[in-house]
Amino acid sequence: MVTDNNSTAHAAYDSKIEGNVIVTRVDAAMNWMRKNSMWPMPMGLACCAIEMMASACSRFDLSRFGMEVMRFSPRQADVMIVSGTVTYKMALAVKRVWDQMPEPKWCIAMGACASSGGMYRSYAVLQGIDQLIPVDVYISGCPPRPEALIAGLMKLQDQVAKEPALANQKKEFFEELSS
Amino acid sequence: MSSAHDIEALKGKFGDAVTGTIEFRGEQTICVSLSSLHEVLAHAKNELGYDFLLDVASLDHFGEDPRFEMVYELTTLDDSKHLRVKSKVAEDEKVPSATDLWLGADWHEREVYDMMGIGFTDHPNLKRILMWEGYPFHPLRKDFPLAGRPSEMPDVAFSGVAPLAGGPFVTAPGSADVAKREPRSRAMD
Repeated sequence: MVTDNNSTAHAAYDSKIEGNVIVTRVDAAMNWMRKNSMWPMPMGLACCAIEMMASACSRFDLSRFGMEVMRFSPRQADVMIVSGTVTYKMALAVKRVWDQMPEPKWCIAMGACASSGGMYRSYAVLQGIDQLIPVDVYISGCPPRPEALIAGLMKLQDQVAKEPALANQKKEFFEELSS
Repeated sequence: MSSAHDIEALKGKFGDAVTGTIEFRGEQTICVSLSSLHEVLAHAKNELGYDFLLDVASLDHFGEDPRFEMVYELTTLDDSKHLRVKSKVAEDEKVPSATDLWLGADWHEREVYDMMGIGFTDHPNLKRILMWEGYPFHPLRKDFPLAGRPSEMPDVAFSGVAPLAGGPFVTAPGSADVAKREPRSRAMD
């Protein structure tokens, strides 16, 4: 039998696929994709925002973690970085932007002010954005250095990796099945 | 003409309306009654050459009557002389707006209205500038606690009380030692 190149290619087809198949759980696959392409919603309200911009720029380079795509539309964002002093006048606007973000979504309170009101123990300042929206990661500092923000984002990635993504997404479906 | 000369001129022109003058380290201050405040400001601008309004501020002498005091910082564009005009305002009185003399008075007076609750007559756009419309308090008044007071305006804003951990931390002038002048906290009524 004369071997032609075509048949060799066909014969090799199966083994080629075999070498490229990875067995995993759906959760792990979803989380892997999510955590490596987190698009931040930059909620820059004060000086922390400057550090956040610095982390996105070339010296610190958030894109190493798949986070360089700052989205100014909440509908395209996955993680809201609340960076700065949240005044009462701004608070409901932040909440509204948060409400417009599609699930799944996460929130980072960057710096002392967003976490707790910081040094502004004052009539005008909301004492921590966690009074309005659920916060996943708090970053200390006044303002935190870009490295701290990156560390916080990596913490968030670790957290995302552990989430039961499918169960969360198909909650109603699973409830129906089990009832 | 220096501002000291201007004070003499104002005293001569307005007589009893001038309730006092203060000179402190070269700063000239003239206190006038509220009813002639606008005339004094107009005279200072049109006749004495104070064509630039640096700032409008207000004081709360809580417990005194009249309670409030307006402060106008005047200067000339070439910065050759400064004049401070003060006028006491009772709680139920309104201040004639200076926006017809200096357009820049607009936002300053809005801030005074917002923070201190002093009203102005003939102001083109008297609404709050820092807090939101509907916020029920005037935060720079002496009887307003630093921690704030709770308020609620559905869909607009809310406010709460900040934890002060024994504060606010204050320092008082005087010759007493530091421990006495800077107590850990001072009870605010």
